[in-house]
Amino acid sequence: MTVIPLTHILILSSLLFIIGFVGVVVRRNTLFMLMSLEVMLNAVGIAFIGAGSVWQEADGQIMFMLILTLAAAEVAVGLALLIRMQRRYRTLDIDVLNQMKG
Amino acid sequence: MSRFASIEGLFYLAAIIAIVASLKVVTGKNTVHALLYLVISLLAVAVCFYLMGAPFAAGLEVIVYAGAILVLFVFAVMMFGLGIDEMHNAPQSKGLSLWAGPAFLGSLLLVELIFVIDNSELALQLNNQVVDAKQVGILLYGPYLLAVEISSFLLLAGLVAGYHYAKPEHRGGRL
Repeated sequence: MTVIPLTHILILSSLLFIIGFVGVVVRRNTLFMLMSLEVMLNAVGIAFIGAGSVWQEADGQIMFMLILTLAAAEVAVGLALLIRMQRRYRTLDIDVLNQMKG
Repeated sequence: MSRFASIEGLFYLAAIIAIVASLKVVTGKNTVHALLYLVISLLAVAVCFYLMGAPFAAGLEVIVYAGAILVLFVFAVMMFGLGIDEMHNAPQSKGLSLWAGPAFLGSLLLVELIFVIDNSELALQLNNQVVDAKQVGILLYGPYLLAVEISSFLLLAGLVAGYHYAKPEHRGGRL
């Protein structure tokens, strides 16, 4: 049982999640959107670890490890897509991709 | 013991560092500086994990997130050749001010970690509530074995997709 109250852990987690979400929605540079996604995944990890440590169970850490795997795969695919986009359009602006043709 | 020097106080300090660094990531203009702040944010979260009694997860956060995923980001940024972007958004010679922020936040985290390890009372308090790697491993290769297999498939899919998308278009034809 950790001494840190669960509500405070969840407040931290949701604050970080909101920051990341605002970043994904507001930014037009796709690289920054990927970084904001990382912040969001991290925030979810905090919630899992916090819950796991409050109830003294290892399940939270296992979920965190699965999120870690997910983040690694997501970043690999996302960055490869960005490399392709940079090669094709010479920019990372997301608004360039709104044409749905080609 | 004062209120600040408790586990809670240190947790709040690390949480504030994480939030500030994340805000700097989201609002940043220069990609490399934003990545620097992202590393600080991840390290702050790792300190939070340590203080919550999950040292194994804290180690994983530093090794995998800050060590591997962020290096992947840095590689990609260097590959993009965003030279023009960097010139626009980064003043050429502002001296200290560019890396002073991340360095300050990082050294604050270091001081905090050394304080926790050095203070035997806090270390004892942390040891009582720890969920160690052994429990995680037993659970991971017991009830969660299927999830491990599925995540290995996920990594394989990421590998194939990364190779396919990043391959030059003229070479190799259709996949």
